Amino acid sequence: MALDSRTPKGPLADKWTNHKNNINLVNPANKRLIDVIVVGTGLAGGSAAATLAELGYNVKAFCFQDSPRRAHSIAAQGGINAAKNYQGDGDSNYRLFYDTVKGGDYRSREANVYRLAEVSANIIDQCVAQGVPFAREYGGLLDNRSFGGVLVSRTFYAAGQTGQQLLLGAYSALNRQIGRGKVKMYNRHEMLDVVVVDGKARGIIARNLVTGEIERHSAHAVVLGTGGYGNVFFLSTNAMGSNVTAAWKAHKRGAYFANPCYTQIHPTCIPVSGDHQSKLTLMSESLRNDGRIWVPKHMEDVKAIREGKLKPTDIAEENRDYYLERRYPAFGNLVPRDVASRAAKERCDAGYGVNKTGEAVYLDFASAIQRYGKEQAHIKGLNENDAALIKKLGQEVIKNKYGNLFQMYEKIVDQNPYETPMMIYPAVHYTMGGIWVDYNLMTTVPGLYAIGEANFSDHGANRLGASALMQGLADGYFVLPYTIGDYLSNDIRTGPISTESPEFEEAENNVRNRIETLVNNNGTHSVDYFHKKLGKIMWNKVGMSRNAKGLAEAVEEISALRAEFWKDVKVPGTANEFNEELAKAGRVADFLELGELFAKDALHRNESCGGHYREESVEESGEQKGEAKRDDENFKYVAAWEYKGEPKDAVLHKENLVFENIELKQRSYK
Amino acid sequence: MNLTLKIWRQKDANDKGKMVDYPITGIEPDMSFLEMLDVLNEALINKGEEPVAFDHDCREGICGMCSLYINGEAHGPDRGVTTCQLHMRMFNDGDTIYIEPFRAAAFPVIKDLVVDRSAFDRIQHAGGFISVNTSGNTIDANAIPVNKHDADTAFDAATCIGCGACVASCKNSSAMLFVGAKVSQFALLPQGKVEATDRVLNMVKQMDEEGFGNCTNTGACEVECPKGISLENIARMNREYLKAAFKG
Repeated sequence: MALDSRTPKGPLADKWTNHKNNINLVNPANKRLIDVIVVGTGLAGGSAAATLAELGYNVKAFCFQDSPRRAHSIAAQGGINAAKNYQGDGDSNYRLFYDTVKGGDYRSREANVYRLAEVSANIIDQCVAQGVPFAREYGGLLDNRSFGGVLVSRTFYAAGQTGQQLLLGAYSALNRQIGRGKVKMYNRHEMLDVVVVDGKARGIIARNLVTGEIERHSAHAVVLGTGGYGNVFFLSTNAMGSNVTAAWKAHKRGAYFANPCYTQIHPTCIPVSGDHQSKLTLMSESLRNDGRIWVPKHMEDVKAIREGKLKPTDIAEENRDYYLERRYPAFGNLVPRDVASRAAKERCDAGYGVNKTGEAVYLDFASAIQRYGKEQAHIKGLNENDAALIKKLGQEVIKNKYGNLFQMYEKIVDQNPYETPMMIYPAVHYTMGGIWVDYNLMTTVPGLYAIGEANFSDHGANRLGASALMQGLADGYFVLPYTIGDYLSNDIRTGPISTESPEFEEAENNVRNRIETLVNNNGTHSVDYFHKKLGKIMWNKVGMSRNAKGLAEAVEEISALRAEFWKDVKVPGTANEFNEELAKAGRVADFLELGELFAKDALHRNESCGGHYREESVEESGEQKGEAKRDDENFKYVAAWEYKGEPKDAVLHKENLVFENIELKQRSYK
Repeated sequence: MNLTLKIWRQKDANDKGKMVDYPITGIEPDMSFLEMLDVLNEALINKGEEPVAFDHDCREGICGMCSLYINGEAHGPDRGVTTCQLHMRMFNDGDTIYIEPFRAAAFPVIKDLVVDRSAFDRIQHAGGFISVNTSGNTIDANAIPVNKHDADTAFDAATCIGCGACVASCKNSSAMLFVGAKVSQFALLPQGKVEATDRVLNMVKQMDEEGFGNCTNTGACEVECPKGISLENIARMNREYLKAAFKG
């Protein structure tokens, strides 16, 4: 099948309007005859389910958590971008589009990104109308903050809990439709297959996680808003339950998987403290506005710190290496995420890491505390030379800005970050890759849609801060509900889809057989044993810095680990009960397939772009020496993989990226 | 650290359930409470026993999925944190730790430490929203200025994560802190005032139908709330309710 993005013709700024004017609609009476399944209830899935129900479709929504409100969108901290230009600082749809395409290292589809920028302002209006309590100024109007990699203030926020407030907004819209009976909600249900009938997605097989029952659900279309696959690394900032299963099952039923190797490794996370670690915690990017990142200049200081003989505050200013400020004087501590992460790794690999494992750098607020303290003393007419007073005033300012993050840090690490620098290290955070979709957000399986982090579409090879929330809500509130009508307009006479077809039978049997195999395997190792092993391979060989040799080894090692898993995994309990280990086993089995495709994709992309850094592709001379080198001549395309059995047999399809409205440049932050 | 865990085990909703002792060794102070349970479960699986079921997801204190009643306190002895953010350094070597599910008639046990909190969802279905459809032409977000104090107070109420610690801590199993927080968030914002009467009546009615108790101003909920939701929200809900009841 040729990859057709179905991007509308015409000038960039008119494409979405023209497209909406020209697609088919379903009249309100007919919408009542059409069923849609939405899997996942985060910002994308939750907002889509609510909006589709408002339009009149019959919606069935599914989440594996005990309530739709638990979806991992809830953990987003910093904010949501929108081209409102409330600050009058020159923002526009074009500028948001430009920043997003550039930030993504020119690996996203222009038309999709422009549409995202275009609907961004509506998102803020919609959320405010729903009662989302965004931060406000004293005049009662909405406040903004700035985020990495851009020159304007366009980020709307609700303290350090923006994701929570936006998700509760979508959840409230969903609740209203559940109350009206237009959405039937299935909590604690996990999708385990997509059912394709006559070439169209017509339903899913789901497992009731409380009773273990296997259920058939039919619909005229299926929408996946099932998030990203960062947990393939075992340790990530994702929730424990976040998984690739729904997306992977879709892939196995014909949906191409695009750019699996594009992963965002976030620079400011709390470092790993030991082998028992189950997940990693992010510290918002906003901290880099005031925190300075450093390691000691001299190896003897590093050793003394690790042995506990010196404290970071004992290291004199001239003996500190503020390596981001040194390497990137123009952007300093506010370089984009991929650049900051690689720089931390470079220092730690060179032996300068400051904790016992050697994998941590300092994020230091002492200068900001001094600066703010002096400013406050001046404003209040107090003694600017009183060191204790300055510190106290400065700490108060920092507390107002980042109090909840500092509290979280102290609870986890048991150190007071007002007195001693934070320790941070990069961690897997977000996956830009995902299911390939066309302009209508439809996958290569007709009637199967993917939205939010689950699709690949808008962030290219690197996502900018505060853009994930924007994309999730754009897809769910404003894009999918329109584009799906074009497809469903052909189904107004179809009538209800039966679950008594051979296709449903086959899919259900598949699911049952796999579950039986897992619970009867009686191996010797737990699911986590395999998941941790997979995570180690991914982190060491497919992590922040990749090369052909390591990637080829990773492909082999993951394949071998998968074979070992199926031979030796031990799943306690039975299939017909609440069985967390069984649910985990199914997810890890899918990660073991995805991981291999991930490594294969990284191996084939012999260029460095965004979060994907190949050691073979670096600038060899000039000012940019040692920095990532993109190869537009050979790799300016989306890599979409078709399932053919084993991950090693996946077939590559290319969607060439055309840039008509933006000039391709090297990203320089020097 | 070496500990003795006394954990509630209950096969399913119909089982009677009982406390079971588990000695555990090699626990590090830097582990979170749930990571300590991960260690226990790994050991149980390796011995061929069934692991202890407990709810959890984000493990960073925001999703509200984790619960647990630890030594008689919802989310354990630390303040301002959920169980996933409770660390073992809060305990001492040799301690005995009692771990039970959140208990309330409206929160039936599903298995071991997992309870069904869908009653909270149903209260929200009854009125926890502002009736506005999604469209591309809602009024501009800045068209209605909101007093900063009201906006901040609404935000404080909205930080509730719906974990149910308030219900588990209350001697009456009352859900009034939870419901009060939602009612307050909307009552404080101009967008929410239009439906304020119906909202509070419908949500309180559903709350009562779910079998939650009433508030007798003990304040345990506020103490145990991991997000510090204030009792003022209950007072505000009561005022809203009275106002609405008089309006009929």
